[in-house]
Amino acid sequence: MTTPLLEVKGLRMHFPITEGIVTRRTVGEVKAVDGVDFTVGRGETLGLVGESGCGKTTTGRCILRLENPTAGSIVYDGIDIASLGQREMVKLRQKIQVIFQDPFSSLNPRMKVGQIVAEPMKVHGIEPDAAKRQARVLELLSICGLNAGFADRYPHEMSGGQRQRVGIARALAMNPEFIVCDEPVSALDVSIQAQVINLLEDLREKFGLTYLFIAHDLSVVRHLCQRVAVMYLGRIVELADSDELFDNPQHPYTKALLAAVPVPDPLVEQGRVFRPVQGEVPSPINPPPGCVFHPRCPSAVASCKVSRPETREIKPGHFVACTEV
Amino acid sequence: MPPLLDIRGLHTEFRTGAGIVRAVDGISYTVNAGETVAIVGESGSGKSVGAMSILRLIPDPPGRIVAGEVLFDGRDLLKLREEEMRQLRGSQIGMIFQEPMTSLNPVLTIERQLTETLEEHRGATRAQAVERAMELLRLVGIADAGRRLKQYPHQLSGGMRQRVMIAIALACDPKLIIADEPTTALDVTIQAQILELMKELTQRLNIALIVITHNLGIVARYATRVNVMYAGRIVESGTAAAIYHDPRHPYTIALLRSVPRLDRPRQARLEPVEGQPPDLTRLDGGCAFRPRCRFAVAACALSRPVLAQAGADDHFAACFRAGEFTATDQAA
Repeated sequence: MTTPLLEVKGLRMHFPITEGIVTRRTVGEVKAVDGVDFTVGRGETLGLVGESGCGKTTTGRCILRLENPTAGSIVYDGIDIASLGQREMVKLRQKIQVIFQDPFSSLNPRMKVGQIVAEPMKVHGIEPDAAKRQARVLELLSICGLNAGFADRYPHEMSGGQRQRVGIARALAMNPEFIVCDEPVSALDVSIQAQVINLLEDLREKFGLTYLFIAHDLSVVRHLCQRVAVMYLGRIVELADSDELFDNPQHPYTKALLAAVPVPDPLVEQGRVFRPVQGEVPSPINPPPGCVFHPRCPSAVASCKVSRPETREIKPGHFVACTEV
Repeated sequence: MPPLLDIRGLHTEFRTGAGIVRAVDGISYTVNAGETVAIVGESGSGKSVGAMSILRLIPDPPGRIVAGEVLFDGRDLLKLREEEMRQLRGSQIGMIFQEPMTSLNPVLTIERQLTETLEEHRGATRAQAVERAMELLRLVGIADAGRRLKQYPHQLSGGMRQRVMIAIALACDPKLIIADEPTTALDVTIQAQILELMKELTQRLNIALIVITHNLGIVARYATRVNVMYAGRIVESGTAAAIYHDPRHPYTIALLRSVPRLDRPRQARLEPVEGQPPDLTRLDGGCAFRPRCRFAVAACALSRPVLAQAGADDHFAACFRAGEFTATDQAA
């Protein structure tokens, strides 16, 4: 196998919980990400799925070094991001960009679209010449399906889908290799989602991009990703090729998650026997001992309460962290 | 038997700086006792405003219900005095909103939010109301009801809050519950729990349910009948099976085609609904979906098609070409 573009090993991100105003004492920790390993190959799209609070967004933020990880390594193209200094990180950020979920709050409401897209080029000194920069802005907008007229508009004059296209154009301004897509379509209407998904696919092909695609909508993930990692309470419980994961899920949590998603077809739905998984996601401040899923797991045995299950490769490329599989 | 709810020609408009927005532009549908009807549409299609109009919860100004009838159990709700309407809300018609954090009162305990409804509508004493509140929490699957009653909304998880909302909606044995995107703010596994709970309770207690959603999967799993809305009008209505397997409006067809499916391997490419949702202040006299429609013809620009029978008895579509689509056109 060729070396992956991104290799994450033993990533931990624990946020301290502090008390006191004058003297702050740490009284606990939120274990947002608690030992995560995965790789992303060049040109590949890896899906990171899970429910709110599972640590998928925090994982993405660690890769962007918007958080300083507590432990572990994040090796991007041979460089360990986790140990880079500020200045070196600024350089690397040109290669690693991000698209956020909410196109309302991630665009500056006081800037015109043209300025928003030009800003990163200015900051990084990529295109110092104003006229060339302007031409590049229009080119980027057109790549993202927006005509030149949009450069003079403000974000509030645009629909959610158009705003998300601006967010994508801004990410592309740096000619990145790797884009962390954090729920890029979940705030959009159904009919617009497909437009943006297709755009992301086109860009991936055209520019040879690599995506880490963070989402909770499993149908979108199945469509867009080659491989998928399922997270629960700060850990990856299952990782496999997309079709393998969705057709042959092994971890009880993955199974529960897939069963919970209704399919848009009444005939299929009538044929499904469905019992929702019980209980709610426990707090990451005080996660359950052993396997974090055991309190909700229908197939838990005594040992699940005691020891944390190792991740095993049950088939080539199919990893599961469950002893009962 | 007459339907429990019979909405006829409902029009609700908003006066805005950009002009009059006909958010609901003449919708008619019925809901029978005990059945689940889904209203599907995207933001701005008028699905929420339509439901709020049933309860007359439209802020005036800028909004106004300008025409129509809302017959509930034979009475026209639009003709009731405000006091009579207040008696009806929360007792005969329950409401479940999308965001349980903003729709529960943050400074009142769960107990008070439940007992308030019961004392107000049922004239229950405090002791009776508390007892009923306990019973309701158990009904919606909240363990340790006694402790939960003393807590405030912020001490509960999102799923738990939505269970409390359901308990409040059920408190006075309503005949109808309107649920506006009841699970959109929740995680998938919690969403499944809440929807199963709503299905079980409405069936057991014979309560009619209007579910407003944009999620086509939820509709397929839970609804018996479906109304698809676009630009303030119902463009297609029918049984869930008819809507999904024999769609007769190009918008419904396009919508079903555009969603990726969890039960199918990756296809080459999605087929999005091209273009943008319409600006309701700038509708011309033609079909509002025309600019995005791949079946549009000259006639579509001249007048707006009305709902007409298409296919089976209770299947209606507002399209001039509703009868022409082949199985290949319709395939999702």
